[in-house]
Amino acid sequence: MLGLGIIKGLVETARNFLGSFVDKKRLVTVQFPEERLPVAEAARNFPFLIYDGVDPEQGLRCVACQICEKECPPRCITIEKSKDKKPDFIGKQQFYPAVFDIDVSVCMSCQICVEVCPFDAIRMDNEFELSTTDRFGGLLWTKEKLARPNEYYEAIHPTEAAEVEARRAEEKTQAEAKKQPSAVTQ
Amino acid sequence: MLDQVFVSLKHWLLGYSPAAIQPAVSILLTILPILLVFPVLFALTTVLERKGLGRIQNRYGPNRVGFYGILQPMADALKSLTKEDIVPASADRAVHFLAPLILLAVAFLPYAVLPIGRNMIAANLDAGVLFFFAIGAISELSVFMAGWSSRNKYSLLGAMRAVAQMISYEVPLLLSSIAVIMAAGSLNTVEIVNKQAGFSGIFPHWYVLTPWGFAGFVLFMIAATAETNRSPFDLPEGESEIIAGYYIEYSGFKFALFFLGEYLGMFAISGLGITLFLGGWGAPLPFLTWVPSWIWFFAKLLGLIIGFIWVRGTLPRLRMDQLMNFAWKFMLPMALVVVVSAGAWRFLPQGVTRWLISTLLLAFAYGLLARGVETRNKIAKRIYRFAE
Amino acid sequence: MSQMSAAFLILAIVTMVAACAAMTLRGLVHCALALAVAFAGIGTLYLSLGAQFLGLAQLLVYVGAIAVLIVFVILLTRGGESDASPLIPTGLPITGIVVATTMLALLAWAVFHSFAIHSLGPPATPATVRELGTVLMAEYVLPLEVIGLMLTAAMIGAVVVAMKEKQDTQ
Repeated sequence: MLGLGIIKGLVETARNFLGSFVDKKRLVTVQFPEERLPVAEAARNFPFLIYDGVDPEQGLRCVACQICEKECPPRCITIEKSKDKKPDFIGKQQFYPAVFDIDVSVCMSCQICVEVCPFDAIRMDNEFELSTTDRFGGLLWTKEKLARPNEYYEAIHPTEAAEVEARRAEEKTQAEAKKQPSAVTQ
Repeated sequence: MLDQVFVSLKHWLLGYSPAAIQPAVSILLTILPILLVFPVLFALTTVLERKGLGRIQNRYGPNRVGFYGILQPMADALKSLTKEDIVPASADRAVHFLAPLILLAVAFLPYAVLPIGRNMIAANLDAGVLFFFAIGAISELSVFMAGWSSRNKYSLLGAMRAVAQMISYEVPLLLSSIAVIMAAGSLNTVEIVNKQAGFSGIFPHWYVLTPWGFAGFVLFMIAATAETNRSPFDLPEGESEIIAGYYIEYSGFKFALFFLGEYLGMFAISGLGITLFLGGWGAPLPFLTWVPSWIWFFAKLLGLIIGFIWVRGTLPRLRMDQLMNFAWKFMLPMALVVVVSAGAWRFLPQGVTRWLISTLLLAFAYGLLARGVETRNKIAKRIYRFAE
Repeated sequence: MSQMSAAFLILAIVTMVAACAAMTLRGLVHCALALAVAFAGIGTLYLSLGAQFLGLAQLLVYVGAIAVLIVFVILLTRGGESDASPLIPTGLPITGIVVATTMLALLAWAVFHSFAIHSLGPPATPATVRELGTVLMAEYVLPLEVIGLMLTAAMIGAVVVAMKEKQDTQ
């Protein structure tokens, strides 16, 4: 009969409306600033620099090899290699980046800089609430803003960090094993 | 009494004004409540609608601005006031400017003949219902002006569709009101409300509780939805189709004025529906007559608004040809049958006979016409033709 | 009484200005809209004379339907886009003035010598809708039916003409 479908539809809608007051599960909205959905583990937004230990200047893993600057497709990274060498976290004398700027308004989060870094110095962050009122200066991040401790990296990407740690430990033992036979043979 | 509090207030204020300007003050005191109350109702309706639609669609409505989002209209008003008023370079400036103004003026006029409470009517015209329809017909011109002045193909298309829709649905609207006018014997809105004021047992004498009145009310409400371009008849302004149709080129405050005009039209036509079919300011049950009359009017208006919102959240939009078919092939014959049924009701003696005959007439017509509207048989099986 | 004259003056001026605008404006749609304003002015003049039904019916039918019809016709036939010069080459404007003055004089003579002026003021019983209805259905029912038949024939004719055009284009 004509009109029966309309009435069924109206009943369904009314059920939804009244049910939304009674049953909280009907409303699937996540009220953003108060409630948040958990971010996926492999989510990425913009890069950051890792430092070991507590001193961001000394523990910085980056040695200013400038590979990421050359590989970055939109060329958002600006690096100036230092003229002198400073001791890094394990005491070895290394170059360090005097200037390490990432222009976040240009960065396209492609993760190529992460893939090519030989020192696991740059990784992807997953923070997305980054709006600022300064359109130009506020989006040009310097080394101070980019440096984050390794603990932070382990907190946001646990499995990746575990893999990186395992690989670095393995390389370390391999490097020491290489040194050992020469010490033994000597 | 609380019922006559506004009338007494007006007379008291009138007593304080000098005798020379009393007519002018009287007119002002009558018009001012209309100009204040209905836009406030419009603001409340926008929030109600958005929250209601949200709950129907499994989400919250706006809930950031005030207490549960009730100050959202203030935010909307601020936004539309501070937006840049863009007029297209090739637009017809005079007509472009006048269209929302005329729409607004014409949207406020029909409230003059609606009886909002006992002794609370702005202009007790003898031909009140005719005045209402005459003013409603003028609003179509402003729709056309809006669409044409923007010099935009899509806006013109939207305007033409809107005007065609409004003209087509005026006929069932008028015919269903004619049934009521016939039964009441007068075009005067106060008279029509007074005719529906009695009670028989616990049932009021509202026209909606008669078979022809019920069918007439349904037809009236459907035609009212189409007249004010509300969903499911909002193809001329459908946001996903023609992106706001005839008011594409309006921005800022003029857009807000169009919205105001549309909602005011909705309230006015609901008000007329209440006056004609739902007994105006009358109470639904005999032991509830102590509640002030204007509260009943607004309660019924709120009920109709909720009905509009409910239908908007439920039904998909009608296509233009479906819309026109529905108006001319279903609603017009049905409205004529309602008039005949009302006539039969009027002339048959009280009792089961007239209920039976009225209902049978209506059911018979409905069954026959419903077959014409359903398209189940028109979708033929697909025939495939292959090259030999 | 002065109130009514003031109202009449304003309405008359508005109607006449609108009618002149309907003749002289460049854009065709502007002319149609000015015509609608003129119709509305006439409707309000009827209302100011106390003929409620006639005034409101004028507004409903002329402004609500006929003006919309004119506008639709302009839209559908694309007449509003051409800035054509007048078809008939105008000779001297004096001929127009002479013809208009003659028409005005004729009409004024006809009105002043008609019976409406000689009757004493408005009728005793104002013509309510009820009386109009009774008269229409009792005394003038034959003209009513004939008009209805004519309108139906016109509608059917329009539908037939439109349908035939569709079949021709197929």
